[in-house]
Order: sequence, then C-alpha cells, then structure tokens
Amino acid sequence: MSDLFRVEGLTKSFGGLAVSRDISLSMPEGERLALIGPNGAGKTTFVNLVTGQLAPSAGRVILNGEDVTGLGAVRRVRKGLVRTFQVTRLFSDMTPEEHVTLTVLQREGKASRLLGRFHGNSQVSGEVESILATLGLIEVARRKVREIAYGQQRLLEIAIALALRPKVLLLDEPAAGVPSSDTPRIEQALERLPPSLAVLMIEHDMDLVFRFAKRVVVLAAGEIIFEGLPSEVAADPKVREAYLGSYANARSVA
Amino acid sequence: MQTLAQSEKLAAAPSLGSRFLRDAIGIAAIIVAGIAGYFLFPDNLALLTRVIAVGLLVLSIDLITGYCGVATLGQAALFGAGAYAAGIACVNGVTEPLTLILIGAIAGAAAGLLMGTIMLRAHGLAQLVLSIAIVQLFHEAANKASAYTGGSDGLAGLMLSPLFGMFEFDLWGQTAYLFGLALLVVVFVVLKFVVASPFGMLCRGIKEDPVRIGAMGAFVFPVLLKMFVISGAVAGMGGALAAISTQVVGLDSVSFELSANALVMLVLGGLGSLYGALIGTVIFMGFEHVVSAINPFHWMTMVGALLIAVVLALPGGLSSIADAILPSRGRTRGGKA
Repeated sequence: MSDLFRVEGLTKSFGGLAVSRDISLSMPEGERLALIGPNGAGKTTFVNLVTGQLAPSAGRVILNGEDVTGLGAVRRVRKGLVRTFQVTRLFSDMTPEEHVTLTVLQREGKASRLLGRFHGNSQVSGEVESILATLGLIEVARRKVREIAYGQQRLLEIAIALALRPKVLLLDEPAAGVPSSDTPRIEQALERLPPSLAVLMIEHDMDLVFRFAKRVVVLAAGEIIFEGLPSEVAADPKVREAYLGSYANARSVA
Repeated sequence: MQTLAQSEKLAAAPSLGSRFLRDAIGIAAIIVAGIAGYFLFPDNLALLTRVIAVGLLVLSIDLITGYCGVATLGQAALFGAGAYAAGIACVNGVTEPLTLILIGAIAGAAAGLLMGTIMLRAHGLAQLVLSIAIVQLFHEAANKASAYTGGSDGLAGLMLSPLFGMFEFDLWGQTAYLFGLALLVVVFVVLKFVVASPFGMLCRGIKEDPVRIGAMGAFVFPVLLKMFVISGAVAGMGGALAAISTQVVGLDSVSFELSANALVMLVLGGLGSLYGALIGTVIFMGFEHVVSAINPFHWMTMVGALLIAVVLALPGGLSSIADAILPSRGRTRGGKA
C-alpha cells in the first residue's frame, strides 16, 4: 500500500470495443517500468487514461494514496503525474530555453503574470540552465525548435517534463523516430533521471528496454499478459504468441 | 559515445538590450509618423483620429487572434460597448475626456469578459460564428434601446469639457487628434509589456498547441479569458476615442462590417507583432480614403485587389517586409513600423 502510484481495473471502451481491459499495476518510488506490446495493444490509450486526456469507463488512478481519477489532465500534472508525447508537441517558433522557462514559471505559479519580462528572468534562469545542461541542450538553447535535430527535440520533451518536478513520469516512446546515432544521448538522459522518480516507459526499441527497465509489463489487445523481469519476457509463451500473432496478422493484411 | 553537455553554462542573454532598443525605435517611429500626419494633413485630422480609434480596435484583435489564435469577426461589439458607454456617460454629465476613456475601457473589458466566456466554450468555426452572433446581438440591442443609444439616429450631442481644463476640443480636431495619438502611444507601450511578459509567452504557447500547455500544467481557459478582458479594454478605449472625437455614436460602431474590416486590416498588416495592426490600419484606411475619392463607385474593388495582392505576395502581412529588410531581428516577432 506504500506504492507511489497505482492503477486499479482501468478499462476503456469505445462503443463495444474495449481498448483497455481491467489494467492494474503499481509503481513504487524509483521504479523503472517498461510497458511494451505489439502495435494497437493500447499502450498510448493507457497513458492517456492515466494522465486524464481520456476518461476511463471503469477503474481508478491513485497517486500518493489519493484517487485522482476524477481530476482533469492539468490538475494531475500539478500533482506530479507528468507525461511526454510519442510525437513531439513543441512550439516550433520558441527556443528550448523558452520552453523550459515557461514550464518552470508555470510550476511556480508565475506563468500568467503580466508584470515582469519573460526573457532574462533571473529568478528561474539558474534552474532552467541546469535542466538544459542535464539533457545536453545548452548548445541549442537559443535556437528555434524547428531548427534543431529531432533527437534534441525528444530530449527537450524530457526536459519540459523534468522542469515540472514530477513524482511519476510517463515516457511515450522517448526514442521513437530518433536516428540510431542519437539513441545513446536519449539513453544517457534516461540514466540521469532523478533516482526517486517513478518512470513508466513505452518503447519499441528492445535494447533500450532491457538496459533501462527493472520490470516489464506486456500489453496485448488492451490486456496485461505478462508482468515480470526483463530477462523473463522473451521466453514467455503468451508474449511470443502475441508478438508473432500480430506480425502474422500484419503480413496477411499487407 | 557522444560527449554530453560540452557546455554547462548559458551565455548571458544577448538580445535583451537590442530587443529594448528595437521597441524604442518602433515606438519613436509611431510618434514621428503621428506628428508628421498632424503637420502634413491638417485638414484631415478627423480622419486621422478615426484611424487611431480603429487602430486600437485592430490592436485589440491582434491580442486575441495574433497572440492567442482565436479568430473573431465580432470585435466591434467591444469597440461599440466602449463607444456607447462613453457616449451615454457624456450625455449624462460626465464630460472629462480621460474619465470617458476610462469608462470606455471598463465597458469594453466587461464586454470582453462576456464575449470571451461565450466564445471560449466553442472552437474553430463554431467560435467564429459565435463572434458574429454576439456582434449582431450587440447591434440589435443598441438599435432597440433607443432611449439610451438614440437607436438608428445615433447618440448625438456629446459636449466635452476641455482636456486637463485647458485644451478645448476644437472644430479642426487638433486636440482630439493629439489626445488620440498620446493615448495610442501609451496603450502601445503597455501592450508591448503585456506581450513580453510570461503571460504573453503563455498565450503564444496556447496559440500553437493548447494540449502541450495543458501537459505543462497550465489551464488554457483563464489565460484566454484574461486576454479577452485586456483586448476588450483596448477596443473599448478605441470606441470611446471615436465617440469623443466625432461627438456622436452611431450603430456602425457596433457592426459586423466594422469587425470584418478590422480583421482584414490586421491580416493586411500582419498578425502577432502589434506593429502589423497599426500598419494595416493606416494602409487600409488611407487607401480607402484616396481610392474612394478617385473612384467612388469601384473603390471597394480596388481595396479587394490590394488585399489579394498582399495576401498572395506577403502571407505574413505588410509588416513582414520589415523581416526581409532587417534580417538581424532575432527571435521576437515584432517588426519595425
């Protein structure tokens, strides 16, 4: 019961189609959990349910012993339940420094202030600098986001999330679309996440999953079919079936 | 393995001084242009004052459309609220010009609060349609409440006391024009601070991706509503200035046509820089004035042709010419006038 974060019986149906079925899992402080599964298994739906972008048909989301199921997405962020996006959602005309500054100001409750200038705000610039430095983004801190490499944009997604000082961080495919030459930088950033933070990562890159995760959960057709150590997952017959089945289906469609 | 964090320190913010200098030059240019107008067109000061009043209206649209991404075709509702509030107060004995501007600002802000509350319930096209519906309702209300507004005859007989007890509102409109110019400069400076504040940055973020702003833990609705109130105050001051300078308030000040024209002026000048709003207003109204004198029958066609030419050749509006001329402008979207 001392779990930092818990999900109980989370279910979501669109009409008659259940995309999440009775998902329950829990994460203690410092957790490094990977959520994997074939395409269409409902991984992103699960993140959306947890963060409040979608309302579940049944089930509860509990953070720090508090039921947050009834709260909207913004309130959950303020309580420390933070996500990144599978496809980066950044402001293309703003710089990384501006993104992180805006996020820190928001966390401090100062983002809607009319007084004072946004740029050169010395109260937050030290923290902004250290977050950008942690993720190796100092070099591009003053370039517009649309001018920086995709791998750096992914790192900025993580920087924004960290600037919110989360308790639970949900990373939706942090390395998706990143050229393999840049994945070491993402991995390094993941290694540097605060130790007490509970992290749930959705990822397809199995090498990354094995190096990062202490525990793996496999989702297929909206259900948890495996929960255990990374070393056990490949040998599990249900997991093999789910993956092979989906590949077989994909081939027959194509 | 790539070396991470070659540099751990950010250079000191380089552009703060140049940003300030740029704004100072821009504001100086507005003052110089305004004073030049006073000496070059002494017989057209009433028109120039009208340009300033409409310029405030267009600025107010830039705040919610250019900075927040909420399109509106009903902004004259806020302009008209300010004009009628100032007009009615004036007829009822409040004749001090600055007080009337303040009354206009308050009425505009209140109307902005109402309009924002309604419009922000919807998105996209439905939002635009709501804005039209609101200005039509305001128009109809002003028409029906003729006991207060004079209805379709307009509200006439505004008698003003001299500004600061010294400067009479003369027949040539010199006092009104200089008063309007001073008001515009003050409002412009204040708005430059607003858009450079954390709040202004938050609005820019909302314009680009409200979902991302939500994931940063910020509520979108109160931010946009706040901007509607600020925008309403600016539009209301424009309306009050129009009422003071012409000493009459007509139904056209709360019309769909004025709303649509003002949006056209903004697109002509360019969104999201404040300068574009003023450039667009001056060019549109100047062009309208000149062309309608040359050809009173086909001037609207010419205005339409100008608009098409600008939109096709300069999608960023006329103020984007400044971007091309001044490549070192850096990150802010503000252009020079």
